[in-house]
Formats: sequence, structure tokens, C-alpha cells
Amino acid sequence: MAEAQKTPKDPARHSSFVPKEKKSSKPFHDTPMLDQLESGPWPSFVTGLKRLAHDNNMMVDLLGQLEYSYKTRLGYWKGGTVSVFGYGGGIIPRFSEVASMFPESKEFHTLRVQPPAGNHYTTKLLRQLSNSWSKWGSGLIAFHGQTGNIMFIGATSENTQHFFDEINEYGFDLGGAGPCVRTAMSCVGAARCEQSCTNEHRIHRTLVNNFIDDMHRPALPYKFKFKVSGCPNDCMNSIQRADFAVIGTWRDDMQVDQKGVKEYIESHGRKYTIDNVITRCPTNALSLNDDDTIEVDNKSCVRCMHCINVMTKGLKPGKDRGVTVLIGGKRTLKIGDTMGTVIVPFMKMDSDEDFEKIRELAATVIDFWAENGLEHERCGEMIERIGLANFLEGIGIEVDPNMITHPRTSSYIRLDDWDQEAQKWIDRQKAKATA
Amino acid sequence: MAQAQAVEKKQMRPPIESGCPDGMQYMHPLMVKNFGNWKYHDRPRPGVLHHVAHSGDEIWTVRVGTQRQLGPYEINLLCDIVDTYGEGHVRFTIRSNLEVMVSKWEKVGPLIQAFNDAGYPVGGTGNSVTMISHTQGWLHCDIPGTDASGVVKSLMDELYEEFVKEEMPNRVHITTSCCQINCGGQGDIAINVQHTKPPKINHDLVANVCERPSVVARCPVAAIRPAMVNGKPSLEVDEKKCICCGACYPPCPPMQINDPVHSKLAIWVGGKNSNARSKPMFQKLVAAGLPNNPPRWPEVAEVVKKILYTYKNDARDWERVGDWVERIGWPRFFEMTGLPFTKFHIDNWRGARNSLNASTHIRF
Ligand code: HEM
Ligand code: SF4
Ligand code: SF4
Ligand code: SF4
Ligand code: SF4
Repeated sequence: MAEAQKTPKDPARHSSFVPKEKKSSKPFHDTPMLDQLESGPWPSFVTGLKRLAHDNNMMVDLLGQLEYSYKTRLGYWKGGTVSVFGYGGGIIPRFSEVASMFPESKEFHTLRVQPPAGNHYTTKLLRQLSNSWSKWGSGLIAFHGQTGNIMFIGATSENTQHFFDEINEYGFDLGGAGPCVRTAMSCVGAARCEQSCTNEHRIHRTLVNNFIDDMHRPALPYKFKFKVSGCPNDCMNSIQRADFAVIGTWRDDMQVDQKGVKEYIESHGRKYTIDNVITRCPTNALSLNDDDTIEVDNKSCVRCMHCINVMTKGLKPGKDRGVTVLIGGKRTLKIGDTMGTVIVPFMKMDSDEDFEKIRELAATVIDFWAENGLEHERCGEMIERIGLANFLEGIGIEVDPNMITHPRTSSYIRLDDWDQEAQKWIDRQKAKATA
Repeated sequence: MAQAQAVEKKQMRPPIESGCPDGMQYMHPLMVKNFGNWKYHDRPRPGVLHHVAHSGDEIWTVRVGTQRQLGPYEINLLCDIVDTYGEGHVRFTIRSNLEVMVSKWEKVGPLIQAFNDAGYPVGGTGNSVTMISHTQGWLHCDIPGTDASGVVKSLMDELYEEFVKEEMPNRVHITTSCCQINCGGQGDIAINVQHTKPPKINHDLVANVCERPSVVARCPVAAIRPAMVNGKPSLEVDEKKCICCGACYPPCPPMQINDPVHSKLAIWVGGKNSNARSKPMFQKLVAAGLPNNPPRWPEVAEVVKKILYTYKNDARDWERVGDWVERIGWPRFFEMTGLPFTKFHIDNWRGARNSLNASTHIRF
């Protein structure tokens, strides 16, 4: 830590931004515990809160309440109902339970606002958002919440409407809160990543903007999240955190530039390459030839990305690209964590019709779940309750061995219609062969 | 009355339901131009990415650690730096790092210097410990057992060097969550609240505040039942059954789960979102019972650092924490970290049998 203190702060730069005078009329509360979070090399949010408290009384009392939480080790916010005209969600109401001590921050609501897909901003836009929020709210903004919203923290009930009206005029809209479609996320992907196998931004906006009514007027069994990652590195954590995860992938052979491979081996060594690339392949799909070229068993490759990540100049996803869709990921509540399950192993995502297809798939899934999900039951929990086979039947998708890790191990099952079901498979295979 | 409402409605501005804005309009022009056509990238130094497009265009990205909660001072300061030394285009990563894109390598040095001078670290790329993803905590959530920003600030102070360098075997993603709902998600190391006592019920308030059937339905172990207490309809918890998860608290605030002493912190390891090498993995419990000790949670920092540096010393290149433990095995993990192994580490939730060792695969 002492070492890190080397990072110099330029007092001249700072002073041009630090408020010269205290404009807030309310005296500061003593904050001995929070003060301890101002030291150390990492940028301090407490210092930030204090700067804001120079400007407004709301933040003076907010700091007072936060210090009180630190002292008593308890939280003091309670929910309620606040919304903007025409919407049923998107605002997280916060009323203070200790407003008698800290009256100025007695209403401290958060607005969830959808960021541009991929979280791209210009400095002009950031300043504009900041100015709007300083005008109507506390000035404090979180970039971003775990679901992906820009969280504008701290406004009175009245000002939530004014703020929304202002930013809505220049193209920003609220995200979701409550039992509804939530704000989605997509990775930087095609904008700046060589691993990207699809147009993440377009998928993101196609999906979420199609369900804008389900976002703004919460009426689903529970929350529903879309996340889009451009490749199986899944930078958006979609398998574990999204009800509907879309992940870019490819189905032909990966692209190999043997020159790049050789250069890698030259600079890293043969043993290093064997230990860190060849033997790390989860399906033993890689082999190093005697002449330091690489051989890929593409039929066994599970598109895990490891070798491609390591040899970024030698290996690349293939050219026949599309996406995999997994459904049902979520965190702990209520049955424990679940990951998404493969529902569509591969679909192309090039033409307008392809995008229309994924939109339709999402609509079918949401409709089926809205009908069959119990109150407060996530889509993945419903699938667990009714079984994957019933879910597939409900949304009209045929079974596929890519959906499972292995077939059942229990014999406790009735097989009345075995022959018909087997025939379906055989017919589908025939149709595929002739297609 | 109806008329008054109609008048009021007229004055209200109807929302424009524009949804998620198009990112293209704010993107760096080189990213627009080479959209979907990137060839490879490398990292000329920690905190800097260099991407090369098939067209031959190059772009450099400087990654900056932030405090996530930004006020006008911070936003204008960061924007002034970007406008002076960068090219006006930025983006945020999923872990609240600010990325500044520039078209020339020459711009990278001055940009880094300016951020450092202003007190902002540059790093978080590749095999570093990147910014801890955090939730809301006492600052503005209504159910937190602890703070989030404070835990992150104090830990990042301790791990600062690991953010600005790339010296870990692979990337390390740390997460925090201030209740057992865990909106922080899975992490290589996760620091999560774990309650240790059943909720304390204020029976005077339950009937008015809580929708009793939905609270009953919320409990993962069916420990809640409706009851009359002191002549009032309320809820009762079977404390033997209760797993102290706090799931009843959000729908029913009079069932207070948070406790200054008994709400503890637990540490989990080995969560992984990526499909690289192994399939995605959930994090596993390794330590619990740590005190909720603001403002700097030193006991938590100690355990996190112990795990982190054991991993750093022992793991092979490209092994994430979870991959590393799968290679060395759990007995060795507990031995090397010195953390106690207890009966609580043995899972008994649904699917628990899958986590038992049904083989003679044992490392001696
Ligand atoms: C009742 C109070 C709750 C509050 C105030 C709350 C608040 C939040 C907030 C502010 C976020 C970040 C959102 C954003 O990016 O805009 C979040 C994310 C999240 N919340 Fe909640 N939450 C609550 C209840 C729950 C419940 C009951 C669950 C569990 C089912 C839950 C699960 C999550 C998860 C998993 C995330 C992370 C989402 C992701 O990775 O996409 N929350 N929560
Ligand atoms: S998920 Fe894949 S495509 Fe998207 S940013 Fe991560 S590595 Fe790149
Ligand atoms: S992408 Fe993964 S599975 Fe495929 S060859 Fe490379 S390491 Fe093996
Ligand atoms: S982890 Fe729990 S307490 Fe913390 S912000 Fe998320 S919902 Fe609130
Ligand atoms: S704390 Fe959890 S287990 Fe205990 S009564 Fe509440 S919901 Fe049930």
C-alpha cells in the first residue's frame, strides 16, 4: 500500500474542481468512520459524497445517514411506490427510516436508466447527463448497476418526473424494476473485440426494445433479463445471470493462421505451448505437429475459446457464425443458483429475418412463462418445476442432444410413446439430410 | 374530481418509449468504421489494450479504475482529461472501469499520466485483479446487511498493486454482495453477507405491511406459517428449520434479518462465468463467520488476501481460481490457505450429492 501512494495527486488540477465554498446551508455531520475511507490509493466515493455535500443539503444528510449505518451496522431505507407518468416501474423508491435525524435526504429515490448498448458514451453526453442530474437530483450517478442500468441515485418524488422528462427528450428511457423485462446488457463485442461472432448491439436492442411495454408496465411472474455476449468468453456473465442468454459462436472450422501459431511457439517455447494450450483443451481437440503447426479436431472442439484467447494472432473463430441461446440462468432466490440451459444450439444471425426469429423466440418464451410461471418464479425455476421436455413442447422446439450433458441415468420413467418419439427423430434427420 | 384528474393528466408529459439507445452514435469513429472487423489485440502495458483491425487501423484503450458512484466533480474531471488527452469517446466495462479509446499510441502516455495525476489508477486488464463488482449496500438498498462501496474501497486500497500490474496467473474477478440475494453474482472470490440468526419479527406491524401468503411462499424451506400473535394476525418462523437466508425480509420488512452482530460475512471461491476450458462454474463456500466490521473490514481483507496470494504463488498460467482448485484439490486448498474445513462446507441443498466424492480419486 505504501508503494501505491506514489501515485501523485496534482493539487492544482484538483483545486479547479473542488468547491471553493460551501454552498449547502446545513452544517456537516461528524463522519469519523466514513472519513477513514478517504485515505488509501483507490479513488474514494466518500470524498465524492463530501464534494456533493458542499453543494446540497440532501447530500449533507445522506452522509449523516450513511455514517449512522456504519455506526449501527444497519440499513435505514425503505421502499414505497413512486413512478413517472405513464410507467409502472423503473424507479426504486427510497424513503428514510431515520428522517427525523436526516430530514433533507428523507426521499432519496433511484432512477434506473438504460445506457446506450455497449455502454458507449461521448464526454459531451456524460456531461449532459450529469448536468441534468445535478439540476433535479443529488448529482450522484452509478456507472453502472449490476443489471446494467445507469443508476441516478437520490431524487425527491417530485423531481423524478422532471428529471425523466428532461433526459427522455434527448433519447434516454427508464429501465425495469419489479416483475418485468429488465434492462439488458451486451459486451463491447464487434465494436472492439476480435472474438466477436455476432452483432451484440443489434441483438440487444432488437430484444429489449421489442419488450418495452413489458419493461415499463410490470405484469410478468417475476423479472426477466436478456444478456448478449459476442463469444463463449461470455463477458456479460449471461449464462449465470440472464433468463435469456445469447452468445455468439461458430459452426464451421476455426480459422488457423499457422504463421501466427509458429510465432507464438517461437516466443513462448514449445513446452509452454503444450502445457498452456494443447493440454488445456477440454476435449483434447488440439495437437501440435512436429513442425510446430497446430492441428484442430474441429468436430470435437466445444468452442470454449481457450486456445483462441491464448493465441490471439494464430487462431480465430470460424466464418460460419451465429449464436447459441441459453434459457433460465439466475442467482440464489429461491431454489438456489441456476445456469441457463441450451435451448437453441445454433442459429444464424445475419439477415433481418434472423433477427426477427430471435425476437419471436423471446416472445414465445416470455408468453409461455407468463402463462405458466407461478408468482415470483423465474423462468429457470419454472423449467426446473415442469421439466425441460415440457418447456420445449410449450415453446415448440424439438429436443436436441446439445441440450444435455448426458442422457438420463435413472430408469424411473414411463416410455409409452417411445416408438413415436423415435420416429420423430428419424424423420427430422431425414428432413435435414434432404434439405 | 374526475375533471381535476383529467386536467392534471393533460399537463403530464407522455413518455417517449425509446428503450435502449443505439450505442453507435456515441462510439469512437474507428470502432464504427471497423465494427465486426477486428483482427487481434495485445497489451503493450498493464491497463492498455491495443486492437488491430483487418483494415490495418489500430486503436488503443486505456482502462481506468473508478469509484463507480460519480458526481459532477468526478465526471467533469474525467471528461476534461479525456477531452484534453483523449478523443472524446469512452465506455464503461461491466465492472465500472472507464475505457478511453484513442487512435494514436503517442496519446496513451499523457493520458495515463493525467489520470494518475488526478488520482485515478490505470489497470484492470488481462491477468490483473480488476475492479471489484459491487452492489448498493447501505447507500441506497433497502435490505442490505452491510455496505458495498465501503467494502470495495477498502479492499481495492489493499489490492491496488494487483490492479495496476498483471501478475496473477489469470484474471481475477472479485464480487461483493450485501445480502444473500447476491446481486453481485459469481466471482473468483466472492464476499457475501451470510446471516446467522432467524429474523426478528415485529408482530405489531406484520398484518399491515406484509402480504402474508406471498411471504409464506417466499421461504425456500417452508419455515414460515401464518399465526395469531397477541391477538393479531402475524407470521411465525420455525426457527429450527429456518436457514437465515433473509428471503422473507424484502417482502416483509417487519421480519428483520439484519443484525449488527449476527449478520456475518462469508467468502466463496471458484465462480467463473466464461466457458474457457471448463464450463462455467459456481462459487463454493470456503470461509464464514467473519465480522461485519466497518469502515474497513480488516478481517475480510485478510482472508481475501490469503486466498489471493496462495493462488498467485501456486496456480499455473491461465488457471482461474476455480481451475486451480480443481487441479490441486480441496484438501490442499484448505491446507495451503490455512482455512478451517467444517461440516458446513458439505452441501445439503438440492443436488448436493453431486458435490460428494464418489470415487477413490484422492490426492495424498
Ligand atoms: C427488494 C429489494 C431489492 C432491491 C432494492 C434490489 C436492487 C437491485 C439493484 C439496484 C440492482 C442493480 C440493478 C441495476 O443494474 O440497475 C440489482 C441487481 C440484481 N438483483 Fe436485486 N434488488 C432487490 C431484490 C432482489 C431480489 C429479491 C433478487 C432475487 C431474486 C434480486 C436479484 C438481483 C440480481 C441477481 C441482480 C444482478 C442482476 C444481474 O446480474 O443482471 N434482487 N438489485
Ligand atoms: S464476450 Fe467475447 S466478443 Fe464479447 S467482449 Fe468478451 S471476448 Fe469479446
Ligand atoms: S476452442 Fe477450446 S475446445 Fe476448441 S480447440 Fe480450442 S481449447 Fe479446444
Ligand atoms: S446484494 Fe442484496 S442488499 Fe445488496 S444491493 Fe443487492 S439486493 Fe440490495
Ligand atoms: S430467513 Fe429464509 S429460511 Fe428463515 S424464515 Fe425467512 S425466508 Fe425462511
